[in-house]
Amino acid sequence: MLLVEPLIPRLRRYARVLLRDSVAADDLVQDCLERAISRWHQRRADGDARTWLFTILHNLAMNRLRQTARRGPHVPVEDASPATIARAPDQEAGIHHRDVMQALDRLPDDQRAVLLLVTIEELSYVDTAKALGVPIGTVMSRLSRARARLRDEITGRDKPAAPYLRRVK
Amino acid sequence: MNGGRPITDDDLQGYIDDAIDSRRRAEVEAYLADHPQVAERIALDRALRGAMRDALGPIADEPVPAELNLSRLIDRHQRQRRNWRSGPWQVAAALLLMVMGGVGGWGLRSAQEPPRAGIAALAQEATDSYAVYAPDMGRPVEIKAADAPQLIQWASRRLERPVSIPDLSGAGYSFIGGRVVPTPHGPAVLYMFDNGKGTRLTMLSRNMAIDRDTPMKLGNAGRVTSVSWSRDGLGFSLVGPLGEAELHPIADVARAQFNQAI
Repeated sequence: MLLVEPLIPRLRRYARVLLRDSVAADDLVQDCLERAISRWHQRRADGDARTWLFTILHNLAMNRLRQTARRGPHVPVEDASPATIARAPDQEAGIHHRDVMQALDRLPDDQRAVLLLVTIEELSYVDTAKALGVPIGTVMSRLSRARARLRDEITGRDKPAAPYLRRVK
Repeated sequence: MNGGRPITDDDLQGYIDDAIDSRRRAEVEAYLADHPQVAERIALDRALRGAMRDALGPIADEPVPAELNLSRLIDRHQRQRRNWRSGPWQVAAALLLMVMGGVGGWGLRSAQEPPRAGIAALAQEATDSYAVYAPDMGRPVEIKAADAPQLIQWASRRLERPVSIPDLSGAGYSFIGGRVVPTPHGPAVLYMFDNGKGTRLTMLSRNMAIDRDTPMKLGNAGRVTSVSWSRDGLGFSLVGPLGEAELHPIADVARAQFNQAI
C-alpha cells in the first residue's frame, strides 16, 4: 500500500480531467482506492502498482461516462482549476492554457484518456495499453488522432463540414 | 534521406513524448530537418504537450481531501471485514471451545451467516435491493413518481397497512418511484430517490415480526451505508452510497415524517 499513497494526487488529476467534474472525480478515486484495498492480494506480484491503479480507475471512469452519456448531455466543463488554467499564455507558442483545455474537452473520451495517460501521467505506451486494455497499436493510433485533432482545434481548422461521428463498436 | 528504417508515425509520437532511444531520435531529427512541414506539425504537438502539462500539472499538487486518506480507507475496510465475518469475541469463543474439545464451536457457524431476522435482516434486505435496483438505468422503478398514489395503494394492500412515501427533497433527493419487492419476511415496499447527479437512495419498508420498535442502527456494506429502524411493527431502512454523516440526517428527516404520519 506504500506504493499507492503517492499516486493518489495523480489518480485525482486523471479522473478530474476525464470526467470534467472534480466532485465526481474524487468519488471515483475513492471507489478506486477501496477496490484496490480489497483486491490488493489479487495484484500480480510482478505488476506495476501505478498501471494497476490506473486500470481500475479508468474502467470506473468509463462506466461512469457511459452512465452519464445515457442520462443525457451534462453541463459543460467545470473549469478543472480556473486558477491554473487562466495563467499567462505560453509565450513561446502563443498557446493559451484555456484553449488547450477546451480542445482537450472536445476530444472523444478514448482519445482523451490516451493523451492524458501518456502526456500527463507519463505512462509508457505499453503501460497505457495495459491500463486501457487495448493493443498498443490502438494506443498509438488514438494518440496520433488525438494530437491531430488538438492541433486542428487550436489552429482553428476545427469546423468540420459534417458532424463528427464516433465509432461505437 | 537516410538509408535506415523509414520514419513512422509511431516514431514521431515517440519523439514528441521523448520515448525513443537517442539513435532513433537522431534519425527522426534528420528526417524533420528534411521535411519542414512535418517538423512544423511536430513542433506544434510538442508545444501543446507542454501547455497541457503546465495546465494540468498543478492539480496533482492540491492537498488530498480526507475522504481519500488511504489509512482511513484501509481502517474502514478492515472494520467492515471484521463486522462481516465475526467479532474478536466470537473468534476467542470459538478458539476456547476448540481447545476444550467441544463440538460446540460448530454452533458458531450461524454467527457468520447473514442475519436471519430482526433489524439486521431488514438492513441486509435493503442493501440487497439497493444493489439490484439503484444502478438500474433502464427501469429502476416499476411505478414512477407520477403514479405515486398507485404505488401507495399497491404497497398498502400487500403490506396490509397504510404506507407513505417520505419527502427527502429537503436533502436534494427527489422521489422517482418504487415497487413492491420480496424479502424472506414477506413483501416490502421500495422507494427510490435521486439527486439528479447520479446518486440514488432507496428506502425499504416492511412489517417486522421481531425488533418491532428499535432505534436507528447503522450498517455498512462496501460503498453503501444503511440506516435502519422500526416503529409500531413497521421497519424502515434507508440505503445509499453516502457516509454516515450524510445519510443519518436524511434518515432523521424520514423518521420524523413517518412518526407524524402514524
